[in-house]
Amino acid sequence: MHVPEDAVVSSADVALALASAASQNGVQIYDRTSILHVMVRKGQVTGVETDKGQIQCHYFVNCAGQWAYELGLSNEEPVSIPLHACEHFYLLTRPWETPLQSNTPTIVDADGRIYIRNWQGGILSGGFEKNPKPIFTEGKNQLEIQNLQEDWDHFEPLLSSLLRRMPELETMEIMKLVNCPETFTPDMRCIMGESPSVRGYFVLAGMNSAGLSFGGGAGRYLAEWMVHGYPSESVWELDLKRFGALQSSRTFLRHRVMEVMPLLYDLKVPRWDFQTGRQLRTSPLYDRLDAQGARWMEKHGFERPKYFVPPDKDLLALEQSKTFYKPDWFEIVESEVKCCKEAVCVIDMSSFTKFEITSTGDQALEILQYLFSNDLDVPVGHIVHTGMLNEGGGYENDCSIARLSKRSFFMISPTDQQVHCWAWLKKYMPEDSNLILEDVTWKYTALNLIGPRAVDVLSELSYAPMTPDHFPSLFCKEMSVGYANGIRVMSMTHTGEPGFMLYIPIEYALHVYNEVMSVGQKYGIRNAGYYALRSLRIEKFFAFWGQDLNTLTTPLECGRESRVKLDKGMDFIGRDALLQQKQNGVYKRFTMFILDDHDTDLDLWPWWGEPIYRNGQYVGKTTSSAYGYTLERHVCLGFVHNFSEDTGEEQVVTADFINRGEYEIDIAGHRFQAKAKLYPVTSLFTHKRRKDDVELSDLHGK
Amino acid sequence: MPAPTQLFFPLIRHCELSRIYGTACYCHHRHLCCSPPYIPQSRLRYTPHPAYATFYRPKESWWQYTQGRRYASTPQKFYLTPPQVNSILKANEYSFKVPEFDGKNVSSVLGFDSNQLPANAPIEDRRSAATCLQTRGMLLGVFDGHAGCACSQAVSERLFYYIAVSLLPHETLLEIENAVESGRALLPILQWHKHPNDYFSKEASKLYFNSLRTYWQELIDLNTGESTEIDVKEALVNAFKRLDNDISLEAQVGDPNSFLNYLVLRVAFSGATACVAHVDGVDLHVANTGDSRAMLGVQEEDGSWSAVTLSNDHNAQNEREVERLKLEHPKNEAKSVVKQDRLLGLLMPFRAFGDVKFKWSIDLQKRVIESGPDQLNDNEYTKFIPPNYYTPPYLTAEPEVTYHRLRPQDKFLVLATDGLWETMHRQDVVRIVGEYLTGMHHQQPIAVGGYKVTLGQMHGLLTERRAKMSSVFEDQNAATHLIRHAVGNNEFGAVDHERLSKMLSLPEELARMYRDDITIIVVQFNSHVVGAYQNQES
Repeated sequence: MHVPEDAVVSSADVALALASAASQNGVQIYDRTSILHVMVRKGQVTGVETDKGQIQCHYFVNCAGQWAYELGLSNEEPVSIPLHACEHFYLLTRPWETPLQSNTPTIVDADGRIYIRNWQGGILSGGFEKNPKPIFTEGKNQLEIQNLQEDWDHFEPLLSSLLRRMPELETMEIMKLVNCPETFTPDMRCIMGESPSVRGYFVLAGMNSAGLSFGGGAGRYLAEWMVHGYPSESVWELDLKRFGALQSSRTFLRHRVMEVMPLLYDLKVPRWDFQTGRQLRTSPLYDRLDAQGARWMEKHGFERPKYFVPPDKDLLALEQSKTFYKPDWFEIVESEVKCCKEAVCVIDMSSFTKFEITSTGDQALEILQYLFSNDLDVPVGHIVHTGMLNEGGGYENDCSIARLSKRSFFMISPTDQQVHCWAWLKKYMPEDSNLILEDVTWKYTALNLIGPRAVDVLSELSYAPMTPDHFPSLFCKEMSVGYANGIRVMSMTHTGEPGFMLYIPIEYALHVYNEVMSVGQKYGIRNAGYYALRSLRIEKFFAFWGQDLNTLTTPLECGRESRVKLDKGMDFIGRDALLQQKQNGVYKRFTMFILDDHDTDLDLWPWWGEPIYRNGQYVGKTTSSAYGYTLERHVCLGFVHNFSEDTGEEQVVTADFINRGEYEIDIAGHRFQAKAKLYPVTSLFTHKRRKDDVELSDLHGK
Repeated sequence: MPAPTQLFFPLIRHCELSRIYGTACYCHHRHLCCSPPYIPQSRLRYTPHPAYATFYRPKESWWQYTQGRRYASTPQKFYLTPPQVNSILKANEYSFKVPEFDGKNVSSVLGFDSNQLPANAPIEDRRSAATCLQTRGMLLGVFDGHAGCACSQAVSERLFYYIAVSLLPHETLLEIENAVESGRALLPILQWHKHPNDYFSKEASKLYFNSLRTYWQELIDLNTGESTEIDVKEALVNAFKRLDNDISLEAQVGDPNSFLNYLVLRVAFSGATACVAHVDGVDLHVANTGDSRAMLGVQEEDGSWSAVTLSNDHNAQNEREVERLKLEHPKNEAKSVVKQDRLLGLLMPFRAFGDVKFKWSIDLQKRVIESGPDQLNDNEYTKFIPPNYYTPPYLTAEPEVTYHRLRPQDKFLVLATDGLWETMHRQDVVRIVGEYLTGMHHQQPIAVGGYKVTLGQMHGLLTERRAKMSSVFEDQNAATHLIRHAVGNNEFGAVDHERLSKMLSLPEELARMYRDDITIIVVQFNSHVVGAYQNQES
C-alpha cells in the first residue's frame, strides 16, 4: 500500500515547536527538574514536589513515558500505570552515493519485521523483533539511558531481512546502531485518562512505539477529558481504568511486553489470547475444568473457559485455530450450544465483577436510584437489569442488581468494570459511614446453569420447587444446593435462555459443582464455555457492555426503553439527556443482522468492525458477531446511523428507517446480504430435532 | 587385527581408530589374559580372570559378531535424523530450577541440569539430587556402578539420607526418633529432584529405613550433650563409611525374604564409585570415592573459562593412592596390590562402595556365598577370589573431601562419571559448558566505533557468529549439550552429526566398546547471591 501523503516527522522538532508555542501562551516550562512525587490531599491533586521545590496545581498529567510506572508508584497512594520498556534498535547509515530524496517513501515490511526510511540521505531502519529485550524492570536507577549498548547480534535477524528485501543496500556504510527503548502496555493499546483513586491525576503514556502518530489525537482527547470531564469519543479501550493494580506486577509486565512488542508486526487474528501473564486469577474450579479439556481465555487477569475439547478430539489439529475463516472449534461450540438449548450446561462465570452495597437506612437505595436509570425500589428478591449512565445518557456500565434486603443490593457487572465501576460509585457516593460499598468479586464462584433442564437439576439438589410459579424469572433467593447452604440462586443466564446463575461462596464451589455435575448427568449436563455463551446471547440480540455498548450509547439507542424509568419519581444521572433523546429521536440504532448468502464453511467470517451498508450507503459498523447455531446463520450486531447524503450530518434513525432498508455487511471487501431486525427472532426459527436423527450416541452421558 | 577393524568399522574415524587401536595394543601386551577379540575390555572397569570371563557374557564372541556384520551391513549406512539423535540424547535429561519467589532468590544454586547416556545395557551409572529440608544445602551426586547396577542403585537411593542424617542437629534427630517411636508423622528430610527414570526400590525401602534408623539412634546415643557445630567434612566421611558398612552387614546377615536376600547380596558383590557435592551458601564440599570427578567452571575477568578440579581420581594414575595402598599392605604385596594399573590386577577404581570381594576375608566370602541363594552360587564371578588376596580389606569407601569457598567467578560445577572425562579434556568440558550457559555473551559484543563497515560486511560477520551459536540452541540442558560434544566431537572440536549418529546407533552389544556410560550433572551458581554472601561477611 503506497500512501502518497505519507510524511516523516522529527519527534524532537515537534516537541520543540509545541513547547515554544506553549511558552508564547504563557506556559512555564521547567527544564532539568525532576519530580519527587505528586502531592495529594483528600484524593485530589494539590501540587507537585520537585527537587527544586513545590508547585501548586489542581491537575497533573503523567506523561513520563517509560518512567510513568515509577512516577505513578512514587505517590503515597500509588497510581498503577502498567507499562514496561523494551530495548528498541534502529540503524543509521551514511548517505547513499546519490543521497536519498526527502520524498522517498517510508517502507514497512511486516513479514521482515522492519521499517525503512530516509535519514539525511542515508537510511534509518529498525524493527520489532520476535525476541524483545525488556529493560528497566527494576526501575530507573539501573542504567542510564544514554549508556545503552548497541547489540549487533540481537539486530542480526532484522539486518538480514533488510538485506533480503533490498540486497543493494549491502554496500551502504554503517554510521550507528541506536538503542532507544520504547514503552509497551499489556494489551498494545496506550493508556490515558484520570486515575481511579486520585482526582486531577491524569495519565497519557505507553504509546507502544506509535507516540508520534497518536500523540496529536491522544493529546486532544486528554485535553477534552480534563476540561469537560470526558472525551468526545468513547476511549474505553485506552482508559487507564481498564487496568487495575493486578496488572502492575513488574514480573507480569516484563513477561507480557515480550509478547506484545512482536505483535506490532504480526498478523492479528480474531480471538487472540495472550500466552504470557496467565493463570493469575482463577476460579476454584480451574483445575477441575482444565482436566476436562477446558481451553482458556483471559479477561482482566481472570481465566475463563472458551470451550471444552472433548476427549476424543485431535488436539494437534486444534492448536492451529488462528484463522479469519471458520475456526476449528466450530463443532465443539455447536455441541455446547445445542446442549444449552436442549438439556443443560454449566459455565463458570466467576470473573464477573461483584459489589455489595449496604446501608443502615435508605442511603443505599437513594444513591443507587440516582446512579442507575432503572427503578431499583423493587420488592426484595427481585433482579433489575439497568444501566449506569453518564450525563449524556451513555452507558458507563451495564449491570444486574439484585435486591437482597431492604437495605442491601448485590451488583453484577462485566469483568473489566472492577476498577472503573468502583471509581464511579466512589465518586458519587457520599462520605457516609452508614453506607458501605464492598467488592465481593473474590468471595463468590459463579456458575451459570443454562438450559431447559436446569430447573430439574436445581430442584433435585435443593428439594425446592423451581418452576416459574415458585421461582419467577429475574428473581434471587438464597437457598441450599447439595450440602451447601446460602447459595444465591438467580433466575437469569445472561443469554436469554432459561436457567439460573448460582453465586456460591468459594469454599462451597467444588462441592456444588460436583453435585450439579453428578445429578445433572441424567439430564445430559456438560461443561460449556464463553464461546457458546456468546453465540447464544448474540442470537438473542443481547448487547454486552464493552463490546456493543460504550459511554456514547444510550439505552434508547439499543431498544432498552423498558430498562429506563424516566418517571421513577426521582432524578438520575443522564435523565435529562434521555428525556431529550426521547423527544428528538435517536441518531443511531442497535440492530441485528442475519447474513443470508454467507457460506459458513467457505467465506471469511465476520468478527467485528465490519462496515454496514444500507441501500449501498455506509451507515455504521458491526460491534459483535457470532454464528447462530439455531438460525444456522451468522448474526452480526451493530449500530445503524443515518448520514445525510448531502452534508454527511447525522439524522434521526427511526424504526421505519431501519425496516425499509436493504442491507449488506462488508467482510474483507465482499458484501453479503443481511436482514435487519430490531427484535430477536430466534423463537420463530426454533429447530426441532427430527425423530430419525436420534442416534445411540445421544444416550451417552457427557 | 587392524585390518579387520578398519573393514568392519568404517564408521570409526581416523582419530578414534588410532585411539582404540592404541588401547588395543596396549592391552594386548599388558594383559595376557586378554585374547584379541576382547580388546575393548581393557576399557571395562573389571578385567575378569580368564577362567571367569563368562561373567562378561561372551555369548557370541566379538569376533564372530563383527564377521556376521560384514555381510549384514551395506555400504549405504542408515543415519539417524537430527530429531532421532535428539530424542536419544534427551531421553534422560532433567533440569531443576531452584524456585524463585518475588525476584528474590536466596539460594546460591540457581539450579542444575543432568543427563545420562547409557553404554551398558542396562546402564550402570546412577545420579541423585536432593535439597536438605531440615538443614540448608543441596546434595548432588553421580555414581558409577560396576559388575552390575545393584550397588550404584542402592548408593544413589541411600547415601544422601546418610549424609543428611549426619548433618542433622541432635534435637532434630531426637524429634524424628520420637516421631518414629510414637507413630507420628516424620519430618521430611530430603526433597528429591528426580527424572522419572530414576527409581527407588520399593522392596528394600523398609530394610534401608531400619539401617538408617539404627545409624541415627547411634548418633543420638553418641551425643555428649554439648551442642557442637556439625562439621560437614566429617559428616560426609561418616556417611560414606557408614553406608558401605551397612551394605556389607546387610549382606552378611541376609534377609528372610528371598528376593531381598538376593538383592542385598547383589548390592554387596557389585560396586560403585561416588562423587557427591554439598552446596550450602558459599560452602561447597565435594566428597569423592573412585574415579568420577567434580570440576568447577571459573570465568576469568576477560570472560574466558578455566577449570578447577575439586576431586582426586582414586586410580592408578594417582600416585598418592598407589602409595596409600602400598603402605596399607605388607611390603611383599607391593607388586601385586597394584598390577597392570588395577587393584590386584582387576579393579580400576581404588576406592568404591560394595565390592565385598575386595573387602571381606576369604572365609567370610565363602561362607556367605555358600549359604546364599543358588543364583549367587551359580555365578562364577562371585565365587572367584582375587589373586594375591592376603590382607583384606584392599578397598575402602572412605571419601576424600575437598572444601571450596565459592566466589562470584565460580559459575558452575560439573559432576560426571569417568565416561565423560575419558573422552574430553577438563578444559574443553568447562569451556563448552561455560559458553553454553552464558549463551551469546561469551562472544565479545561488536561495536562499529569509527571503522568503515558496510551493511554487507556486518551481515556476514553476524551470520558467522550466529552459526557458532546454533548448536548451543539445540539443547535446553547443559548436560545434554556436553554429551553431544563428548560423543559427537570431530577432530576440530565441533559436533559432527554423522559421527554422532553413528555413535548413537551402535547396537547395545557394541556401544560399551566405544564409550562408557556417561552421567553428568551441571550445577549453576548464582553469582549475585554468592557475591552478596561475600559482601556480608567482609
